[in-house]
Amino acid sequence: MSPQRIKPAVSTAEIKPELERLRRRGFLRSALSLGALTMLTGCDLSTHSGVDAALEAMLRFDDRVQAALFSRRHLAETYPASAITHPFRFNAYYAEWQVRPVPDNWVLNVSGLVSNRRPWTVPALMALPQQGQITRHICIEGWSQIGQWSGVPLHTFLRRVGADLSARYVYFKCFDGYFTSIDMASALQPQTILALDFEEKPLLPQWGAPLRLRIPTKLGFKSAKNLEAIEVTNKYPGGFWENQGYDWFAGV
Amino acid sequence: MHWIGVYAMGCMIFSGWEIYNASPSLPFMFPAWTGLGGWLGGALAWHLSAMWLLFADGIAYLVYGFASGHFRRDLKPPRPAEVVHDLAAALSGRLKHRIGHYNAVQRLLYAGVIVAIILQVLTGLSIWKPVQLGWLTGLFGGYPIARGIHLATMFCIVAFVLIHVAMVAIVPSTLKSMIVTVPEEIEENQ
Repeated sequence: MSPQRIKPAVSTAEIKPELERLRRRGFLRSALSLGALTMLTGCDLSTHSGVDAALEAMLRFDDRVQAALFSRRHLAETYPASAITHPFRFNAYYAEWQVRPVPDNWVLNVSGLVSNRRPWTVPALMALPQQGQITRHICIEGWSQIGQWSGVPLHTFLRRVGADLSARYVYFKCFDGYFTSIDMASALQPQTILALDFEEKPLLPQWGAPLRLRIPTKLGFKSAKNLEAIEVTNKYPGGFWENQGYDWFAGV
Repeated sequence: MHWIGVYAMGCMIFSGWEIYNASPSLPFMFPAWTGLGGWLGGALAWHLSAMWLLFADGIAYLVYGFASGHFRRDLKPPRPAEVVHDLAAALSGRLKHRIGHYNAVQRLLYAGVIVAIILQVLTGLSIWKPVQLGWLTGLFGGYPIARGIHLATMFCIVAFVLIHVAMVAIVPSTLKSMIVTVPEEIEENQ
């Protein structure tokens, strides 16, 4: 007579990132802290929709201010090798033990407003001009660390694939489920690179193998790891964190 | 202007605590219930929105302060001896509070908090835009140090607020003059 135990199709651990995302999506609805209560007397606290909309409008305004402040000539400070942070901190939307290995027969796909959609292999990318940098990686959480990367300047790559450089966005898709996008002006900044190496060695999986974006003029979450596709587009692509409420431009 | 500033500064401080908690640089955290925004993204949205209100209010106040002569007239930098004298008098309960007249300790603290807020805006800009405003970040000794100064200055402002509110609580009649215009008391025996 014991009730039949049905094994769940998915475990909690498997859907944890999704639950986390759903929890965060209503990030401002859940802003019912003391601070919010004291600040918002008079507002409708039942939905927060007006406050949400106002804050989102302000973030869009901030994005425009950031784009106006951005200059391709302002280079991120570079450091000597002695300044490199050891050990370098791992960071992703999942824990380090969940890092994905590089898929077999990995290639980088290119799509959107480009004239040449031929996929790229690692040796093909290595054959392009390379450029190294030792720059500060600044996380949106406030911490920062200095690291060393080298790879193909994104402007070189975009010209090589015949990208429409007047397009608005460059979108990056990763095989670990992450995605993000940047404005074309930042994509063409000379320090924005498609990194193949970290600390003068080919990228390890936890540092974004085999190819990652490294963009020192934006907050860390824009430097997407484990790339699998790049798209040049005029349609706003959003991003993993950006869709949950981080400001999209995220310039530093 | 004062009350818009209170609202903006309140938003900045409480959302700032939430941002700090995302990656504490010192071995302590602010209680989660004091944070504004619910999570890092929400706190940053508040912080990067309220900063414009604080900035606009601050500029308006500085223009008013200089143009009206308020700073020149009422916030004359006190001599150390005056501060010591007025502080001793205040602590022994002998210092009379005259509406519209600041004693030396008040002048020091009011001028000090204005400087602190300006410093807070500048260090804030330097950690928001350490590349585009790299010269400013460099002035503060680089990103990590600027971030440390931003945190330390917040503590100075909070300390000022605590003292300021405590003083108003001790002399409640001053609150009226912060809300409506009250005629200045005539200085006696001087």
